Amino acid sequence: MALLPQVNLNRTLRLVKLGVKTLLLHKLRSLLTMLGVVFGVGSVIAMLAVGTGASREAQEQIRRLGSQNIIIHSVQPQQDQTTERVRMSIYGLTYDDDARIRETIPFVSRTVPAKLIPQEARVGGRQMELRVVGTTPGWFELVERELLAGRRLQESDMVRSANVTVLTERSARRLLATEQVLGESVRIGSNYYQVVGIIRSETGGTAGGVQTPDQEVDAYIPITTARERFGDIVVRRREGSTERSLVELHQLVVEVDAIENVQAAATAIEHMLRRFHSREDYRVSVPLALLRQAEATQRTFNIVLGSIAGISLLVGGIGIMNIMLASVTERTREIGIRRAIGAKRSQIVGQFLIETIVLSSTGGLIGIAVGVTIPQVIEYFAGMPTVVPLYAVVLSLGISVAVGVIFGIYPAMRAAKLDPIVALRYD
Amino acid sequence: MPPSPATPPGTAPAATAAIVRLEDVRKTYRMGSEEVHALAGVSVAFEPGSFWAIMGPSGSGKSTMLNLLGCLDRPTSGRYILAGEDVSRMDDDALSGIRLTYLGFVFQSFNLIAQLTVRENIELPLFYLGWEPHDSARRAAELAHRVELGARLGHRPAELSGGQQQRVAIARALANDPQVILADEPTGNLDSATGKTIMELLRDLNRQGKTIIIVTHEPEIASWADHRLHMKDGLVDRID
Ligand SMILES: Nc1ncnc2c1ncn2[C@@H]1O[C@H](COP(=O)(O)OP(=O)(O)O)[C@@H](O)[C@H]1O
Ligand SMILES: [Mg+2]
Repeated sequence: MALLPQVNLNRTLRLVKLGVKTLLLHKLRSLLTMLGVVFGVGSVIAMLAVGTGASREAQEQIRRLGSQNIIIHSVQPQQDQTTERVRMSIYGLTYDDDARIRETIPFVSRTVPAKLIPQEARVGGRQMELRVVGTTPGWFELVERELLAGRRLQESDMVRSANVTVLTERSARRLLATEQVLGESVRIGSNYYQVVGIIRSETGGTAGGVQTPDQEVDAYIPITTARERFGDIVVRRREGSTERSLVELHQLVVEVDAIENVQAAATAIEHMLRRFHSREDYRVSVPLALLRQAEATQRTFNIVLGSIAGISLLVGGIGIMNIMLASVTERTREIGIRRAIGAKRSQIVGQFLIETIVLSSTGGLIGIAVGVTIPQVIEYFAGMPTVVPLYAVVLSLGISVAVGVIFGIYPAMRAAKLDPIVALRYD
Repeated sequence: MPPSPATPPGTAPAATAAIVRLEDVRKTYRMGSEEVHALAGVSVAFEPGSFWAIMGPSGSGKSTMLNLLGCLDRPTSGRYILAGEDVSRMDDDALSGIRLTYLGFVFQSFNLIAQLTVRENIELPLFYLGWEPHDSARRAAELAHRVELGARLGHRPAELSGGQQQRVAIARALANDPQVILADEPTGNLDSATGKTIMELLRDLNRQGKTIIIVTHEPEIASWADHRLHMKDGLVDRID
């Protein structure tokens, strides 16, 4: 242990200065020597930033589905999709399913059913295809979108089966040219609906394979109204054939009282649905499970990255050690002189070790700069979201210092072990 | 130099107040199966403030002796007492401390650190003594002035002549205010005129109280010293 330098801040600082000075004597060599660490740290931070950015976005989308929610979709079974000219397929979630889940499944605090009906909407000469969402006021608590004007659907709309609608911003823009949209009437299907509110539309997209509940062009109406006006039969005409389907509910969002009960509730729901449905005409998605899965994927990704980082830093470290060993040989005389003057072995170790640490941590700092810049460039040109995790920066710096210590200790010991008499004769 | 009754077997006179005393010092190198007795039982004592020249043919043990005196090496047997302390069994760290406190070195090939300036070279011992940068810079300037290089503080060794470099080396050797200055062929790489100025400098230092021990094979250089110790086959041949 006698060879290990005692920590003295003042002297350490002077050794750091000496190290910086010595390294600046051979700028190109120092730069080339630290390149391994620069690329090691730089590439890992950059990859981590891109990876974290992507997975954060995925996780954010999944989280937007609600980690306390279970989402059940109606799915048209395969065998129904035959090529009969006129047919009627009956499938999917029923009003009874909704009631059963709400009343018999433990931990369920609320359900939000939705009927999704593609319809043509018109105002004057303007017309567009939009998706009518017949739902309950609970919808707006599940999908937290900013209310831009007016109000959301209310319980009283349900009771009255009122002909009112809340439009997404995008739908409103396309249908109504004027600023004054509240109170306007929009014709959807064969009825007129009064616009009572506008909510912000956000790119829903798919998260972990699940369609987010809202879309950009939606018109929300009370589910009671939807049942009365559109019934349960959806008619689709395409390529000469008419496709009719009877679906009571297209989607059911089940809210569970607490995160830790989500899995149990999902299992109970699946069990119940299997008992009441003769076919798999539904799909149960648990955002929480998807979230866990995404997190696990990121962990794996991080482990792979960590291994790559380890290997590249190992290579970088070996490069540094190589140069430091050469440097020790080159500076044998200097070491002899310092020892003759009265430098202890530990002080020689300290000098060379600190020089190596200065080298590796400077490489680390440059690497961090590179690693933080690359994602910015990617974000700018490719539009991919990136996140440089703070822990990666701190860890990189720590590891760079560690690389200096690990790969500097052997050359430093070699320097300290030199016999001053031999070292002084060396040329 | 009065002989002392405590003088161990050997040829050198010794004094109880000697700054440097070797007592039957041997240094044996093993070359394979063969043993080389570089020092074969040397006893000498140098008084404080004396000026010695160690002479002798090549291979007689001069360098070995200087390395021992300089605490760069330890004797195989015997005792070395420096400033009253037995240093012959000290460990490496302790010997480093002794060198830093009591000794100054001047080498034949100057041995300045090329990438450091004159000032930084002179400051080197002070760095290891833990001096504050401000104080050590001032002392370095004083010492440079003393060896008439006050204007060269910022220069690198390569920008100086041999004589100037050796003067920097002497300034460095003086930085820790050592009691003993050891010089191995200090004029060996210099022309005779320059060599003379270096010897004058060493003589002045001796007059100011430093004990000076030089190794040389040139009688002319040795004549600057008060005492000459002649080595032969690892033994003290004679003293004059
Ligand atoms: N490190 C060593 N290993 C083996 N033999 C050595 C070593 N150093 C000196 N010697 C031997 O010891 C003897 C004295 O050497 P040295 O002190 O260098 O003599 P000088 O300096 O008077 O020429 C020589 O025979 C030399 O070969
Ligand atoms: Mg010699």
